[in-house]
Amino acid sequence: MSTHAEPRPEHPPPLAHHFRTPGQQFEAGKLGIWVFLLTEILFFGGLFCAYAVYRSIHPEVFLYAHQFLDKSLGAINTVVLLASSLTMAWAVRCAQLSQRRGLVLCLGLTLACAAVFLGIKAVEYRHKWQHGLKWAGQYDEGKVAAMLAELGEPPPGHTLPGSPPPPRDVGLFFSIYFAMTGLHAVHVIAGMGLIGWLLARAVQGHFSSDYFRPVDYVALYWHLVDLIWIYLFPLLYLIH
Amino acid sequence: MTMAPPTGPAGEPANSPPAGADNYLTHTRGFWSWALTLDHKRIGVMYLVGILASLVLGGVFALVLRTELATPGPTIMGFPPTLADKQPEASQALAGKQPVPPEATAQGKNLYNHIFTLHGAVMIFLVIIPGIPAILGNFVLPLMLGAKDMAFPRLNLASFYLWLTGAIFFVVTLHTGGLDTGWTFYTPYSTGAGHSAATSTSIVMAVLGAFILGFSSMFTGINFIVTVHKLRPPGMTWFRMPLFVWGSYATAVIQVLATPVLGITLLLLVAERVWKIGIFDPKLSGDPVLFQHFFWFYSHPAVYIMILPGMGIISEIVSVFSRKHIFGYRFIAYSSVAIALWGFLVWGHHMFVSGMSLRAATIFSALTFTVAIPSAIKVFNWLATMYKGAIGLATPMCYALVFIFLFGIGGLSGLFLGTLAVDVHVTDTYFVVAHFHYVMFGGTLVAMLAGLYYWWPKITGRMYNDRLGRLSAMVLFAGFNLTFFPQFILGTRGMPRRYFDYTKLLGTHPEFSMLHLLSTIGAFCTAVGFALVFYCLIESLVRGRRAPANPWGGATLEWQCSSPPPHDNFPDPPEVGDPYDFSDLEYDPSVGGFVRRTVPSGRP
Repeated sequence: MSTHAEPRPEHPPPLAHHFRTPGQQFEAGKLGIWVFLLTEILFFGGLFCAYAVYRSIHPEVFLYAHQFLDKSLGAINTVVLLASSLTMAWAVRCAQLSQRRGLVLCLGLTLACAAVFLGIKAVEYRHKWQHGLKWAGQYDEGKVAAMLAELGEPPPGHTLPGSPPPPRDVGLFFSIYFAMTGLHAVHVIAGMGLIGWLLARAVQGHFSSDYFRPVDYVALYWHLVDLIWIYLFPLLYLIH
Repeated sequence: MTMAPPTGPAGEPANSPPAGADNYLTHTRGFWSWALTLDHKRIGVMYLVGILASLVLGGVFALVLRTELATPGPTIMGFPPTLADKQPEASQALAGKQPVPPEATAQGKNLYNHIFTLHGAVMIFLVIIPGIPAILGNFVLPLMLGAKDMAFPRLNLASFYLWLTGAIFFVVTLHTGGLDTGWTFYTPYSTGAGHSAATSTSIVMAVLGAFILGFSSMFTGINFIVTVHKLRPPGMTWFRMPLFVWGSYATAVIQVLATPVLGITLLLLVAERVWKIGIFDPKLSGDPVLFQHFFWFYSHPAVYIMILPGMGIISEIVSVFSRKHIFGYRFIAYSSVAIALWGFLVWGHHMFVSGMSLRAATIFSALTFTVAIPSAIKVFNWLATMYKGAIGLATPMCYALVFIFLFGIGGLSGLFLGTLAVDVHVTDTYFVVAHFHYVMFGGTLVAMLAGLYYWWPKITGRMYNDRLGRLSAMVLFAGFNLTFFPQFILGTRGMPRRYFDYTKLLGTHPEFSMLHLLSTIGAFCTAVGFALVFYCLIESLVRGRRAPANPWGGATLEWQCSSPPPHDNFPDPPEVGDPYDFSDLEYDPSVGGFVRRTVPSGRP
């Protein structure tokens, strides 16, 4: 990944007219993105708060319903997202070192990881959908009972509920499950859009050690999306 | 009164910029140069036009409500013409002075609910939340900091268009009709079954509109925070910032921390309506009170979004028009931040009767009392600034005095509501309506007018008729108190809010009729006051004399650039000094404004 032969980008890194120095511009952007991430945390904070309230009021619903989630798929997705964070961080380093090929490769890998994550999520959603495991207003007890009767014995990776009757309002868990993972998925899709935009610019050689602000900012956003999943996985899949 | 700024048709001042000089208004021309502008000053002006239009809309709704309440029974809403057209017997009943048919009364009630919801929603979400930060903050903040623009000009423009989109959503509900939840969108009003299709559409539209406006507010907040942190010129330390900047900064912190919670709450509300996710529905194990907690976790800090920048404006004006250094600068600055943070801990006082443990209610009540302390600190510091000052009663100062008086009443009546034992009796009465309008109209809106009159010469480059401006302040003050003081009395005597027809209450409370009539008369006086404000400002654009750079003798940086400012604000970085040191400024009649003494002399 040598860079000495690469031509310098034609245009110098843009300095907006209202900044005195590129350093000031970089710091302003960085503070801006951090404050934006703070709003994102509070945005999800409302949902985490709803989770805490309902889990404390209806612990039995959470204990029962979480068993319908596939722990191994969730774990794989966690690993996939962690890997994407690694490649994203690597992409920032490549941009800082003006390594164009490395940057393109890392951004491509990040994008691929995000796609795998969403694919696995889609498989999980489809499974829930088929068996009537939907949010409170659409929760289909008949379909769920039929699925349980059909299975008889839990498949590997599952510990399906046994003889005691299911608690009331299991749909509440799925309301929260779909709200939290759905909002997270929307953020993953938005992140993919941003990374795709970075990739297109990286291919054209826009980024170098003089100008890598967008890569840095998007990476911060991507790490937050990853971090939120790190909390979602145990809270939803690993309840004891 | 030692200093009365000159008014009237004086000739062109000697060293004001010539008529053709390049400024931000004339820098480029054409529709797109405004629609796609990244200049914070032009964005501020676009907000000014949009928000004043919304203010007129919300004000018309208010007049309709007060007209309806002028008589105890149906006044203008009981027998809508549409009903009379469809049902001939209804119009016959009208003509023959027979009792109004019940369908007509029901329709009148629904219309009343619709109008008071829209009055609240338009005034809160479109006018007073964005008002001061978006108009005056956008225009003045970078100038006060000696900066060329906001940190993120594109984000700034985006937040204007988000505001516009949100406003369009609200206007659409005017067309679809039936929005009757109150501006708070409380569940189960907003999620209940049995709504007509039109009402469902309206609720979803209005909630999405508020969601979009939330993003507008957050983006403005992010921009302000970064601008204050990163764009201050060398020499301007945190404690050399003008107090309006402190107020705007504290506001931005709340906008960033509180608004996302409203965003997610409104999204959940839409999901609840559209997909029945059950989070707020007790039939599906949800909890409608959770909505209130979420809502007030945002909306209580939001009242400080509304009032803090207003307090910043008053701090500027009181000091400038008393020709005296602001008293207790650090206390005022810190109290803004204290209000911003403390304000997050008191939301429960909106819910004392919603179902809350006595222990929680007691804690919220105690915290509510402590949050009054920083506001009182500000009021006492303003009074101490005026004490022995050379007070000039120009229009902005008149509005500032109106603010202090009305905010004082509003703030003190808030303590009644924070007291558990009293609150239980006056909840959902006109006492709450009066308190809220004293702080939000008497506070925020009056501060916005004060700021508008104060910076109008800077924004437009024109001086208005000061006598007319002072008259408008007096008419507004009288009209306002005539409207809302009777409502305190109504409330303490048990008149519930949101009543369309109070005929049945007159048996035990015959005085309600008189008090409501007084309030309605006051509302029309207030409307006359606003008409004077608009006339005064528009007249200045046509006939006003050219404004000097520093008409009031302010020491903050925005008065160092010409009026109106050039496109880039400051050709050279301005000289940063104490923002409240007026000793070097003296009035120059040939300019019609204040100039800095060229030879620094000893202190007088």
